[in-house]
Amino acid sequence: MKETADIVIVGGGCQGVSLAYHLTKKKAGKIILLEKSYLGSGATGACAAGIRAQWGLPINCKLAIKSLEKFEQMDEELDFPGGIDLKQGGYLVLAYQEEEIVQLKKNVVLQNSLGIKSKIISPGEVRSMVPYLNTENLIEATYHQRDGYADPHKVVFAYGEASVRLGVEIRKFTPVKRIIVDEVRVMGVETDKGTIYAPIVAVTAGIYSTGLLSNIGINIPLYGERHEALVTEPLEPMVKPMIISFSLNLYCQQTPHGSFIMGCGDPHKPVGEDISSTPQFLFTMTKKITRLLPFMKKVRVVRQWGGSYDMTPDATPIIGSVSEIKGLYLSTGFSGHGFMLSPMSGELLSQLIIGETPSVDISGLNLERFQIGELIREPSVVG
Amino acid sequence: MSDDDVIICRCEDLTLKELRELLKRGYTSFDEIKRLSRAGMGPCQGKTCKQLILNEIKNYTHLEIDKIPIRPTVVRPPARPIIFKEILESENERNR
Repeated sequence: MKETADIVIVGGGCQGVSLAYHLTKKKAGKIILLEKSYLGSGATGACAAGIRAQWGLPINCKLAIKSLEKFEQMDEELDFPGGIDLKQGGYLVLAYQEEEIVQLKKNVVLQNSLGIKSKIISPGEVRSMVPYLNTENLIEATYHQRDGYADPHKVVFAYGEASVRLGVEIRKFTPVKRIIVDEVRVMGVETDKGTIYAPIVAVTAGIYSTGLLSNIGINIPLYGERHEALVTEPLEPMVKPMIISFSLNLYCQQTPHGSFIMGCGDPHKPVGEDISSTPQFLFTMTKKITRLLPFMKKVRVVRQWGGSYDMTPDATPIIGSVSEIKGLYLSTGFSGHGFMLSPMSGELLSQLIIGETPSVDISGLNLERFQIGELIREPSVVG
Repeated sequence: MSDDDVIICRCEDLTLKELRELLKRGYTSFDEIKRLSRAGMGPCQGKTCKQLILNEIKNYTHLEIDKIPIRPTVVRPPARPIIFKEILESENERNR
């Protein structure tokens, strides 16, 4: 039996399901999405659920603010039972160093020019917003009210269910063994359950994209990098905004469920598929968070976990076609902020695939930028 | 007793009725059910509910338990919830 489709999507994380949904909404034909485990089982499900528009690169700002709009409309649009748990308590970006203030001020000017209503606020305003916060040595902060939280599992399942209602076939627990190419064009994919022929294949497989592509001679500079997080027991609503600092290298947010999710940078993070949890992270996080939010000393840690950022050399995603192979598309390498950009990145790639001009110019995000050395580094990330 | 009265996950209040609704919607692996319902994410971290849920999946899918997809056990410390202060003190102790 020769099975065919118009479009095959490899990878059922936030990028894959958002792409599937936006393609089927445009009636792009027979779409099959293949996922090696369950939807959101990779980096999406391990992410810390933060969504923000406060970025330092124009492209990230544009993708993020459009994505925020889509998150705001998602319950109505996708009609997922129980909703996606959106919380817009804002992101509070704390600054402790002079050079950091300079960067954040630049960011705010850029963000404001792109319709993101972020602002600089004083330590006094920070204290009235989060009375529990230790503001020692704090110089200034930036704040954007529409930033916040959405549940990554629910968003992925919501896109998945809506896609299926509109005709997409989602095959869970179906790993793709290889992409099939005929020298200059894509032919389909081989799974562990047979071959599917398709003139268009989109790879949205996070860190697993690298291996699938190197098999067909396409080298992408994408690698996994472990980041860890933890979650506490639930408490009454106490802290509205996500608290984040690039110089303290940490973030912490109270979820709608009441628990606090937090993470911090690690100078020794391993490269590859390792997502194990370490006591070093627990100790470092404990020291940082009990200093910043002293009430935390009495709060219980319930669970630690790890996930893999799909890192590119400039911490910016790869979205677009692959020039050497006709019909092959990528949406990967989001370097730790794929979830919050996924509503818009899925729409933009769907436009490119069906031959429309993407509504935001994403030509700078193509794979070729690494060959010609036109990197576009994002300055504002927790690492 | 009705399905509505049977609690499957005591930490996060998942009832048998809610579990069966998730199964009907196509969520037939433990990991999907956990991520949608929070069962297994509370203080006991699935030590109570996991076997009960696997058994319900088995009844629904007619798959043997060892054929039900489940991701390999990932160690997610701590073994029991612990307050930050105790972690801080143990670290100070270590550095003394």
